[in-house]
Amino acid sequence: MAQKKKVKAKIVSQKQIAEQIYDLWLETKLAKDAHPGQFVAVYPHDQSTLLPRPISICEVSEDKKKLRLVYRVAGKGTAEFASYGAGDVLEILGVLGNGFPIDKAKGKQVFLIGGGIGIPPMLELAKQLHGKKQILLGYRDKDLFLQEDLARYGDVYVATEDGSVGTQGNVMDIIKSYGLQADVIMACGPMPMLRAIKKYAEEKEIKAYISLEERMACGVGACLGCVCRTTKTDAHSHVHNARICTDGPVFEAREVDI
Amino acid sequence: MNSQVTIAGVTFKNPVMTASGTFGSGMEYSDFVDLNKLGAVVTKGVANVPWEGNPTPRIAEVYGGMLNAIGLQNPGIDVFVERDIPFLKKYDTRIIVNVCGKTVEDYLEVVERLGDQPVDMLEINVSCPNVKEGAIAFGQKPDSLYDITSRIKKIARQPVIMKLSPNVTDIAEMALAAEAAGADALSMINTITGMKIDIHKKKFVLANKTGGMSGPAIKPVAVRMVYQAAQAVKIPIIGMGGIANAENAIEFLLAGASAVAVGAMNFVNPYTTVEVAEGIEAYMQKYGIEKVSDLIGAVEG
Repeated sequence: MAQKKKVKAKIVSQKQIAEQIYDLWLETKLAKDAHPGQFVAVYPHDQSTLLPRPISICEVSEDKKKLRLVYRVAGKGTAEFASYGAGDVLEILGVLGNGFPIDKAKGKQVFLIGGGIGIPPMLELAKQLHGKKQILLGYRDKDLFLQEDLARYGDVYVATEDGSVGTQGNVMDIIKSYGLQADVIMACGPMPMLRAIKKYAEEKEIKAYISLEERMACGVGACLGCVCRTTKTDAHSHVHNARICTDGPVFEAREVDI
Repeated sequence: MNSQVTIAGVTFKNPVMTASGTFGSGMEYSDFVDLNKLGAVVTKGVANVPWEGNPTPRIAEVYGGMLNAIGLQNPGIDVFVERDIPFLKKYDTRIIVNVCGKTVEDYLEVVERLGDQPVDMLEINVSCPNVKEGAIAFGQKPDSLYDITSRIKKIARQPVIMKLSPNVTDIAEMALAAEAAGADALSMINTITGMKIDIHKKKFVLANKTGGMSGPAIKPVAVRMVYQAAQAVKIPIIGMGGIANAENAIEFLLAGASAVAVGAMNFVNPYTTVEVAEGIEAYMQKYGIEKVSDLIGAVEG
C-alpha cells in the first residue's frame, strides 16, 4: 500500500449537483494510488473545526492526477469546503482505508448498491469493475445525483423514498420488484440499508462487501475512535473491534456485527 | 545548542514526546514522522488483559478541540510486549509505556510484567475519565493517589510518572500526594471531562455521554495547572494539553514543564511533533539560549 501523506491539493472545479450535495475535483498526486472505496481526510482551514472530514473517493481522472469527491454538507467543516472554488487549496490526508476488493467480482453478476451519500464511491468502482453490473441507487426524492454518470457503466435502477422517481421505497424494494439476482454485492450507504443487505446476502448465501462509516479523529488507525464490532477477534487490539479507517472501511458483511 | 533534558535520570534527546492514546505505539504515525527525531514515544495505555473499550460514537468535535471516549481499548500486555515494544526498539527514541487498570492489582501486574522489558519509563494512567472502574478513581483523591503510587513504586523497575487529572479542585495537592508517595515525575494534564448534545436528535453525541476534552481550547487550563504543580513539587513535570506548535510547547516549558507532549494535534497535523522539536531549536537560536533546560520554569514575575 502506498505511503499515506498529508498534501495540499488545488481545487480544479466545484459545483453543487443536488440539495446540499457538492461535486469537487482536486488536483493531487494522491490520485495515483487511489482505489475505489478508499477515502481521503479533508481538513477545514478554520481551526475551530480541527478534525479532518473523511470523504470517499468518487472518481479518479484518467491521467491519475485528479480526484473527484462528491460530498454532502453536513456541518461547519463541509460548509467551509463548499465555499471554495477553482484555484483554492485544501489540505488532504490520504489515501486511506482498504477499498473494495474488485477481484472478488471477476466473472460474477454484481450488485453495486449506493444509498444517499453512499452513492459516490460506486462510480469509480463501477468504472474499474468489469463484468455484468446492476447498479441500485437509493435516494430520498427526485433530487438525484450521479445516476447519469453511473449509467455509463451498467444498468441503473433507482428507488426514492417518496416514490417520485423509480421504485417507491429503498434499494431492497428494487431487488424485489424487478426480481434481480446477483452473486456478489458491493455497497455503501446508511446503516439500515447495510443491515438489510447483510441479512439479504446471508439468506442468499452470497458475499456482500459493505463500506462503513463512523466518527473519526486520526484517520490512520492510531486513536481507535472509529471502530466497529467484528465477529472474529481483530488483529490490532485482539478484541472484537476493527478500525474502520484502517481495517475498513470496506468489510465482508459476515465479518462485522452491525 | 543543547536540546537534551533529563527526567528521573533518563536523558531525552529533546523535550518532545507523544501524548498517550494519540499515537498508538508509533506504528501508524511512522508513515509521517521519523520516530528517531522524538524525545520519546509514550504509548497508548496498556492493561493486564485486552480491553474492548466503549461503544461508538467515541469521538465528537467541539470548538477548538475534541471529545473522546475510547475507553482505553488495548490488546493487553502480552501482545504489547511481543509486538509493540520490539517495534519501538528499532528506533533511537525513549520508550514510555502508559499503564492502565481497573484495580490496583491490574496496574501492579502490568508494572511487574514490564520490569524486565527494555522500556525507559512507566506512565501510570490514573486519570482517564472514560472508564467506569479504576483509572480516574485513583487520580481524584490525594489519599488514593498516594496509595496507588506508593504500591507501584515498591515494585517498579523503571522510573514512574504519575499522569494527573485536571478534573480536581486542587492540582497542587494531587501533585504533592504523588511526590510524597515517591513518584519520579508527573505528567499533566489528561483530558478534561466534557459533554456534547445533538440538539436535533436530542441525544448525547458520545455513546458514553461524557468524554475527555483535548485540543488547543484546553491549553490555557493546562499551562495554569502545570505552573501550579511546578510551584508545589520538586519532581519534573511533562506538560501537555492542546500543544499545536513550538510556541505552545515553550509556554509549557516556561511554566515549569521539563518536557512536553503532543496529543490531539497529531490528528490535525501528523507532523506536529517534529515541527515542535524543530521550532524549539529555532526559538533557542533566536534568543541565544544554550540549553533547553534553561527554559524550564523560566517565566518571570
